[in-house]
Amino acid sequence: MDSFILQVLNGLDKGSAYALIALGLTLIFGTLGVVNFAHGALFMIGAFCAVFIQRLLSLSFLTVDDTKKDFLGNPLKVETPYIEAWFGPELGGSIINWSVPLAIFFAIPVMLLVGYVMERGLIKHFYKRPHADQILVTFGLAIVLQEIIKYFYGANPIPTPAPDALAGAFDFGVLLGFDHNTIIYPYWRMIYFAFAGIIIAGVFAFLQFTTFGMVVRAGMADRETVGLLGINIDKRFTLMFGIAAGVAGLAGVMYTPINPPNYHMGMDFLVLSFVVVVVGGMGSLPGAVLAGFLLGILESFASTTWATTTIPGINQVIIYLVAIIVLLTRPRGLLGRKGVMEE
Amino acid sequence: MLGLKSKDTTLLVVVAILTLLAPFILNPFPENSALAQFNAGYPDLMQRFVIYGIFAIGFNILFGLTGYLSFGHAAFLGVGSYAAVWMFKLLSYNVVPAIMLSVIVAGIFSVLIGYISLRRSGIYFSILTLAFAQMSFALAYSVLSNPKFNLTNGETGLQVYADDPQIFHRAGLPDLPHFFGLSMRSTYTLDVGGWSFDFNAGYYFCAAIMLVVFYLAIRIFNSPFGLMLRAVKSNQQRLNYTGLNTRPYTLAAFVISGMYAGLAGGLLAAMDPLAGAERMQWTASGEVVLMTILGGAGTLIGPVLGAGFIKYFENIFSKINDGVLHAWFAFLPDGLENALVAIIHPFVGKGWQLTLGLMFMAIVIFLPGGLVEGGKRLGALFRRRSSDETASGETKPAE
Repeated sequence: MDSFILQVLNGLDKGSAYALIALGLTLIFGTLGVVNFAHGALFMIGAFCAVFIQRLLSLSFLTVDDTKKDFLGNPLKVETPYIEAWFGPELGGSIINWSVPLAIFFAIPVMLLVGYVMERGLIKHFYKRPHADQILVTFGLAIVLQEIIKYFYGANPIPTPAPDALAGAFDFGVLLGFDHNTIIYPYWRMIYFAFAGIIIAGVFAFLQFTTFGMVVRAGMADRETVGLLGINIDKRFTLMFGIAAGVAGLAGVMYTPINPPNYHMGMDFLVLSFVVVVVGGMGSLPGAVLAGFLLGILESFASTTWATTTIPGINQVIIYLVAIIVLLTRPRGLLGRKGVMEE
Repeated sequence: MLGLKSKDTTLLVVVAILTLLAPFILNPFPENSALAQFNAGYPDLMQRFVIYGIFAIGFNILFGLTGYLSFGHAAFLGVGSYAAVWMFKLLSYNVVPAIMLSVIVAGIFSVLIGYISLRRSGIYFSILTLAFAQMSFALAYSVLSNPKFNLTNGETGLQVYADDPQIFHRAGLPDLPHFFGLSMRSTYTLDVGGWSFDFNAGYYFCAAIMLVVFYLAIRIFNSPFGLMLRAVKSNQQRLNYTGLNTRPYTLAAFVISGMYAGLAGGLLAAMDPLAGAERMQWTASGEVVLMTILGGAGTLIGPVLGAGFIKYFENIFSKINDGVLHAWFAFLPDGLENALVAIIHPFVGKGWQLTLGLMFMAIVIFLPGGLVEGGKRLGALFRRRSSDETASGETKPAE
């Protein structure tokens, strides 16, 4: 029982990332009808927003400290971040320490802007083109974005730790009456899950309870009629693209302490997220979220030693296997709507 | 000739001449000149031109004719490579059985994958093929290389070791892939003045095979079968309504293109007896899509052009470093020289993929028909300039 709960918990954080990316993909697909292969790159850019903020906050100047000597007897050079010089070592130090959560505030405008520019500058011209063209141009864009990030940040993963206060792990087992250290779960992963939950709830609430969201939903159902009613639906869809980019970016920012970002992390997630979208049902937002968590948890169950010894390699292929089975038995995915992408 | 229309015969002959004279054509600059780095006439690169050409021709039979966008074709390339290396390990270094087996194994593989994937179309088909390819990649990388049952040798890649059986290997034969004794690496170098031309056995072997499969592709394009595939692309629903089952046709196209990919994989192994799982990764599948689109999907010569183009730039652009750039712009004033080098630097050397991505986007945006359409447009422009009255006679399909 305890290992069962542990695997469910382990699956949640990866599942959250899948769900967030898949949610964005589905939003874009449902509103604009575009298959966005650059969505993984948006996730990656979000992650590098966190890296950028971390680097920016720890910008330092060198001072020579005459009181201390290094091992050769020369005066020691001390690096002091500007932040610490301005706000004092304690406040400054904790600001640097909290760089990843702080990066959220930077990432939101950046991702909205990136999404806006992408939609207006490129995607707009591809509405009428076949899906293959959309896939190809966004695939090319993903390569370009990746290479730009690689040029500035190199090819190696960059460690971006969580704040010290959140670095520990929580002992879940005690809470449920198990022994100590049977079910321990890092704080940051809990936060990631909660964060994902808030964002998902936020997006759904936005679509469900605001006038803007209502218009967008109407546009998703019948774009032409909404346009005929005198509503500029394109403008709203552009904003939805920005929001989808923002969701992917925030998923990336918060994922950095779990997995140090490198330039191709987006592509790694993209392939799986597409599978998630298809399993959930193309065009269905609840389906994307459900399938994201489901596949994340399934993957973590398949990674247990019991599973890998029974069927070797199952952890590597489980998601694809599930996708194949789902696509062949329920062609529209778990919660798919009728008539989406079936031409 | 050979059952081809005269236009296609000309195309085939031109391609044949170009591939046979490639060592000359691709080496236009003398050995020691500053431009020698643009030469592409060395055996390794020329082999890759034709092998990836075969891969792209095969992919084009599926994508160009039926419109089914497979994102998992690299799986067949990888399987072909593994099959060929296993033949080297078990029988001998002779390339003929190796390539035959790689085509057969890739064919069987594509029947299995195609039978399942082709039940869906559109984006679902792409995802299914992608899922299968990623599964094959993951399996080849991890599980199939366990000590008890080592089929792929995991991360190291499958290669031939001294203690392999090689039951038909004899003392007189070369210890490298060979064609009945003719080593694939044997090269005759012709020195003419400042130039040096390499004639490599492996290259001509691949080129001969490419010409054969190119001829087959032309025949497929012009056959009733090819027409049926084009009908699938333009309106599959209508075909279904006429009471026709399109599945056998699409499956046949899928298997043919899978066998082409297997052949390319076998040839890759024949040129360098090594097979690794990274050949099956989805980026490799993406690469062949790029080649086909870049050259022009649905055209005969397009995929070959695209493959050559990408492989050329991959090699040449990645070789240009800052030193080379400084040498080029040495005639400029220092400040201007440094500024130019700084601007170009991100696009060459390690950053060549950035150039590739930009180029690819530009082609999808402005030239959806690829290089072939670009050539046609240029030709049309040229003709219009030479005689104005013909321009008005040009008909364009209504949108």
